[in-house]
Amino acid sequence: MMGRKPYIREVSKTTWWLKHPRYMNYMLREVTSLFIGLYTAVAIDGVWRLQQGREAWEHFIAWTFSTEAVFMHIVFLVFAVIHTTTWFNVTPKAMPMHVGDEPLPDAAIIGAHYAGWVVVSVLALLIAGK
Amino acid sequence: MSNDRTITLEVMRYRPETDAAPSFQSYVVPYVEEWVVLDALNYVKDNLDTTVSYRWSCHMAVCGSCGMMIDGEPKLSCKAFLRDYGSKIRVEPLSHFPIERDLVVVIDDFIEKFTRIRPYIIAQSEKPVSEGEYLQTPAQLHKYKQFTLCINCLLCYAACPQYAHNPEFVGPAALSMAHRYNLDSRDSGRDLRQEVSASHEGVWECSFVGACSDVCPKHVDPAAAIQQTKIASTMDYYKALLPGGK
Amino acid sequence: MAKSHKPIIWGLFAGGGMVSAFVTPVMILITGLAVPFHLISREAMSYDRVHAFASNPIGKLLLFVVIFLPAWHAAHRLRITAHDFGLRQDIPIAVVLYVTAAVGTIMTISALLKM
Repeated sequence: MMGRKPYIREVSKTTWWLKHPRYMNYMLREVTSLFIGLYTAVAIDGVWRLQQGREAWEHFIAWTFSTEAVFMHIVFLVFAVIHTTTWFNVTPKAMPMHVGDEPLPDAAIIGAHYAGWVVVSVLALLIAGK
Repeated sequence: MSNDRTITLEVMRYRPETDAAPSFQSYVVPYVEEWVVLDALNYVKDNLDTTVSYRWSCHMAVCGSCGMMIDGEPKLSCKAFLRDYGSKIRVEPLSHFPIERDLVVVIDDFIEKFTRIRPYIIAQSEKPVSEGEYLQTPAQLHKYKQFTLCINCLLCYAACPQYAHNPEFVGPAALSMAHRYNLDSRDSGRDLRQEVSASHEGVWECSFVGACSDVCPKHVDPAAAIQQTKIASTMDYYKALLPGGK
Repeated sequence: MAKSHKPIIWGLFAGGGMVSAFVTPVMILITGLAVPFHLISREAMSYDRVHAFASNPIGKLLLFVVIFLPAWHAAHRLRITAHDFGLRQDIPIAVVLYVTAAVGTIMTISALLKM
């Protein structure tokens, strides 16, 4: 019987995701959370100022006209849309659905989410803009 | 068919009795249109170097033993055609597993985890043969059929970065096999399997990279099984908090 | 093997991910870009109108859901992301992120209840 000496290959803890496009896409999806988090902080700030009164709210709205604010919100929007698409595209895996005994095709589940997204977004914009 | 064309196979070698670390060895083999990487390896073994070690058996994507990294991607070498690669093909043992020798990896860790999830039907009570078969409708079969197709080739583990960083993770194939039995109408062993699946080392180590499903040669979709288990386990957890919950 | 308590936070992560996927892009448009780009009038986002919306019980509930769930979604996913980038101080990172989400949640509730 020969002696065994299994060899273990180390995987980098910090740069593993650069090794394959699949992992890079995954990390892109994951970092959307940073921008969702930052935008949510802005939204909480907005609600807080709204509660403080007229002047504080007007200050908040005036700030959204600044170059930095516009730039920030465009970045937020790009990452939020990446979040939405990556989230919807895997819904058939997490929530497979059946109609009677027949499984619903993936495209139908994903499509329903996109359709709902359009409806929610258009309605929200219409209500906001009255 | 031209017989002059050749390709170079760069094979990772590791001989535990002499090598401190693995290294690559190149072999020039004929290019044959119909050949898969496994055929090229067999050519090496038969004609160039009898010392190269690798596992294989069926040559038809059923036995699950010839998995290896081919140009950095986990593949069954019996399904990877030379014609889909360049003139140089790099062949390494499956990632994230210890190397036993050359292209052979140590799979004890997987076998232990696979055993732990109880990959067999656990019936509420054995009924006597005289009472006949355990019947199942086509719809009941359909619910879990996809998850029965696993051949334990371990490509999913070689693709999973969470397994790479935490070897305690039960991992894709074992968790999806647990899901397969949980979904089977003849089975009532879910509570037992949940002790493994719903533990920290179970589905909660998964961050849904989805690589396991991308590389699965049988389209089992372990990532789907794991996400569904997360949702079901979360439901269990919240239900247990309700009055009358267990 | 111990049963995990991950479902508490994972439920918020998954619910927040779904809510965020549907509404965060349009929220960003409404609160950050629609007014500067004249998609909607500045009047539409006036103090009186937005305050009236936040004073209505249904408006309050809507604002609460679209703010607090994405906050927990982001906190939990950032914890995983930190780990994926090689930061192994998981517990301190988790505490900081979850406390931030909890503070945000409490601020949102208290602001909404005052209107």
